[in-house]
Amino acid sequence: MDSALIPKGVQRCPLWQFLLILAVAGAVLLWGVYAMFLCWIKGLNQTNMNDYYGFALWIWADLAVIALGGGAFFSGFLKYVLGRDELKNIINYAVLLGFICYSSALLILAIDIGQPLRGWFIFWHANVHSMLTEVAFCLSCYFAVLSIEYLPLILENRQLAKVPFFHHLSHNMHKVMAVFAATGAFLSFFHQGSLGGVAGVLYGRPFAYREGVLVWPWTFFLFTWSAAAYGPCFTIFITRLTEYFTRKKLVKDNVIDLLAKISGWMMGTYIIAKIIDTIYWATVTAPAAGFRLMDFYSGNSFYGIWILLLELILGGVAPAALLLVPRWRANPRLLWVAISLAVVGVCVNRWVMVLQVMAVPVMPFDQWALYLPSWQEVATTILPVAYGVILVAISYRYLPIFPQEAELNPIEETVKA
Amino acid sequence: MFPFSFEWVWDMGHMVFMGGLWYALTIIGIGMTYCIVKAAMDASKDTASHSSGH
Repeated sequence: MDSALIPKGVQRCPLWQFLLILAVAGAVLLWGVYAMFLCWIKGLNQTNMNDYYGFALWIWADLAVIALGGGAFFSGFLKYVLGRDELKNIINYAVLLGFICYSSALLILAIDIGQPLRGWFIFWHANVHSMLTEVAFCLSCYFAVLSIEYLPLILENRQLAKVPFFHHLSHNMHKVMAVFAATGAFLSFFHQGSLGGVAGVLYGRPFAYREGVLVWPWTFFLFTWSAAAYGPCFTIFITRLTEYFTRKKLVKDNVIDLLAKISGWMMGTYIIAKIIDTIYWATVTAPAAGFRLMDFYSGNSFYGIWILLLELILGGVAPAALLLVPRWRANPRLLWVAISLAVVGVCVNRWVMVLQVMAVPVMPFDQWALYLPSWQEVATTILPVAYGVILVAISYRYLPIFPQEAELNPIEETVKA
Repeated sequence: MFPFSFEWVWDMGHMVFMGGLWYALTIIGIGMTYCIVKAAMDASKDTASHSSGH
């Protein structure tokens, strides 16, 4: 029924199966939309945020999807600026995932600010002393860049490409994509960094505070570095997941291997820097503020030293080691383990830098402040996942996302088999 | 915010922040304008060559 829209040379599941997937994801999406409207109509009293938790589950989700979406800017930088041409076979998917992640981040922020109709205030009445202003600027501009990078892919749809203007527009955009990719890398460097900088400059919260260079705390550089390291792992993770669900090979192993190797080197160097930063913080910065390391990991029912080990060892050293050794990286099971641990690792890092920062007592009379999100917060955080599934499903069905798919899955051979 | 807004102050913060924003928006705007105008010209050339061919 919709075969005229499906790219040439590839096979897709029957329409009813596709619609069923959309219906299931759509039901979850509607649940999230309902919670979103509750937050907009009734206000932020629908959440469990309070005076301790001005930043809560939403901001963690924001930071996590922005880090995971970092695969788009870093892959774009590698392909268009550094000329790693092999990555052209995965860049479309990296862009799509980046687009989903960044649009999700903006949606979550639109709920979080409580009054989305005043969202434009941050541009017009900008507080130029706030790192969050820089984040808002770069995030919005980078989302525009991602939309520009995603647009040619939409225009390459079989039917749209028949329109001469769309065909030429897509062609012209490809020709100048390096300019957009370089702009995207520049914007990402600053907003990823500033998201880390926000935590690092909190000198009243010794758990988060770090020294640095000029106005930038070390967390600024660590966040950018970690996004470039872990983002490509998320791209590989979702690619492998798509291959699993479609039961097809979509990207050749040499492309995945190259991205995994680069990610491994980035992660390895990042985790060394992160461990040095942690040791210096634990032995110099925190004691100078009157805290011992274990003050941050004891006296409560949730945050133990396990979370530090999970972040650094299981979510950092282990995946980096697995990705750096060619034999381990080439093993599909170990690659799965590595990219899964990496995704968990960066999410735990962002959790710690948002929520544990809020939980740790600062004053001598303070208690640990633990927090459980309301169902509205959970639903609106799951909403982007459902939205992502829908957009991936539609894009995969109708757009030529994987240039190697037809070659890797010849239709004639499948029919004969 | 523009320099003619009442809140504008000629200090480093405003110049760096707002300058960066307008710089990025200008690159995006010029890039897209170039692509759209060139696509329109290419498409009209196609139409002209098709009609002259008939």
